[in-house]
Amino acid sequence: MHIAVEFQQVSRHFGGVRAVDEVSVQIMDGEFFSMLGPSGSGKTTCLRLIAGFEQASAGAIFIHGVSAQGLPPYRRDVNTVFQDYALFPHMNILDNVAYGLKVKGIGQAERYRQAEAALDMVALGGFGARKPGQMSGGQRQRVALARALVNQPRVLLLDEPLGALDLKLREQMQSELKALQKQLGITFIYVTHDQGEALSMSDRVAVFNQGKIEQIDTPKMLYSQPKTVFVADFVGTANVIRGALAEQITGAAQAFAVRPEQIRLGASTSEPQINGQVADIHYLGASSRLALQVSSGERVWVTLANDSAVIPAIGSALTVHWPKHSMVLLNETAS
Amino acid sequence: MSSPTQFPNQWMPLRRLSDLFWRQPKLLLLVLLLPPLAWFGIVYLGSLLALLWQSFYTFDDFTMAVTQQLTLANYQALFDAANYDVVLRTFVMACAVTLASAILGFPIAYYMARYAKGWQKGAMYVAVMLPMWASYIVKAYAWTVILAKGGVVYWFYNQLGLSSVIDALLALPSIGGNSLSTSNLGRFTVFTYIWLPFMILPIQASIERIPANLIQASADLGATPRQTFSTVILPLAFPGVVAGSIFTFSLTLGDYIIPQLIGPSGLYIGTMVYTMQGSIGNIPLAAAFTVVPVLIIALYLTIARRLGAFDAL
Repeated sequence: MHIAVEFQQVSRHFGGVRAVDEVSVQIMDGEFFSMLGPSGSGKTTCLRLIAGFEQASAGAIFIHGVSAQGLPPYRRDVNTVFQDYALFPHMNILDNVAYGLKVKGIGQAERYRQAEAALDMVALGGFGARKPGQMSGGQRQRVALARALVNQPRVLLLDEPLGALDLKLREQMQSELKALQKQLGITFIYVTHDQGEALSMSDRVAVFNQGKIEQIDTPKMLYSQPKTVFVADFVGTANVIRGALAEQITGAAQAFAVRPEQIRLGASTSEPQINGQVADIHYLGASSRLALQVSSGERVWVTLANDSAVIPAIGSALTVHWPKHSMVLLNETAS
Repeated sequence: MSSPTQFPNQWMPLRRLSDLFWRQPKLLLLVLLLPPLAWFGIVYLGSLLALLWQSFYTFDDFTMAVTQQLTLANYQALFDAANYDVVLRTFVMACAVTLASAILGFPIAYYMARYAKGWQKGAMYVAVMLPMWASYIVKAYAWTVILAKGGVVYWFYNQLGLSSVIDALLALPSIGGNSLSTSNLGRFTVFTYIWLPFMILPIQASIERIPANLIQASADLGATPRQTFSTVILPLAFPGVVAGSIFTFSLTLGDYIIPQLIGPSGLYIGTMVYTMQGSIGNIPLAAAFTVVPVLIIALYLTIARRLGAFDAL
């Protein structure tokens, strides 16, 4: 398998701030690769480094084996779908989509034919004569996608492309994007702060924190085997237990995580267990989430299916346990 | 459950008034807009219409009196060779000044909008606007000295050993003359100097409104900087250029000081109006001359609109 994009010890400093701090990563050809992290974690800067809107302060970036050092955006075989679409307001939709072909000198008839085909692909055939201002957010998002894809890039960069859409539309676009990526077979590099989005769409996910990558893994491994405290906490909901409480349970001071849905009600002789008082209950529809306050002050989250057990009342004393194999030992930081 | 807060029901006229405005927002709008609208309607448009109306009055050459008899003679007179010459001379100068201002102003405006940050930006604003704080007459007179023979421009070119350049420029027909201060070149220089800020500021505002990611998107789609400039930046900044050119164009068309102080003899629309109105008292012809810039600007705006200058607004 070919490497589509490679970072070798890449850093990007803004003044004294290390937005990207010695990041190394290999993104494979044809992969749906997500960069996940909170705002300010460096994921968008990494995307901009690939697009060429930023220059690395140190390290090397290769796009399909070619060094991107000093290469301006218009000479890179990548295209970007921007967060707020960045459609040209003075051009109609067809001209927006045909723009990349136009600047490459492709004749009008041919570029309009290809642009129409790209619009058909995102289910916007016949909308070419409209102006961006006359389209809804979801439609503009599709136009931005068509405008990038019409150039047949080998790598498509997506910068939180669904961030401005409402939940239903976002879920629909997620499955469409995934299907499109499979159909076209090109590399998608997808930046998001939404862990659910990253887990549901990606082949692999890189979790960013403070300019560094904490873990690169498949969604399944990321969720079931987080390596650091940050990853366990950021990806899904986890009870991260550390310090004295961890020592009391496992006999060692190393932090560990246990997912709320792994925790069972009742005492156990063979499995780790903990006592506490029900401090809060969140009703979530299919399930409820209990906050169990333990004597040392920490809260442990417990997810219970609403159709099974009787939900304990707030204030009642409770003992819970969990299978040993569901505990994941965590490092404090990425090594 | 506590009972809802009771607002004191005292008689408070100001509160009643603000309550009324809150319930009737259109009333508030009317109260706020009526004075400025009346001012605009009566003082600006009213006087303009009065001017237009007077341009149809009759001026008697023998008695030097204006009668209210309506005629098209004043507009016909605009096409007399001498008067037409005045219009054409002013129009060509206004075009040249506008073009030069746009070419000089655009890079400055672009730098101010896209690159200047913090104190640098403030300093550039001050630098652009500072000349506007000084009296216009003082600046025009200062230029007569600067451009005169023995003035600082001549001295500078002499120091560089380039005085032959000035001589060559002044030898050119129609833009040249005896000295810089009596040539059309000098007049053009001063016009451009005086009106340039009026071009820079609207262009700067329009460039500032172009989202940075449009320029990035253009580069991302493979456009070279030159292509991005001509297909994204220029079309989106064009409303600013049009706004700026309306200033430089109409200000040049209507100016009557600079043509008197700098450059060769020969009347401009402004000086013509000044003469007709002041010395001769031919207000109808002066009014007809004043309508010319209004028509030219209206025509210009129509063409700009056809070219799509305001599509991005």
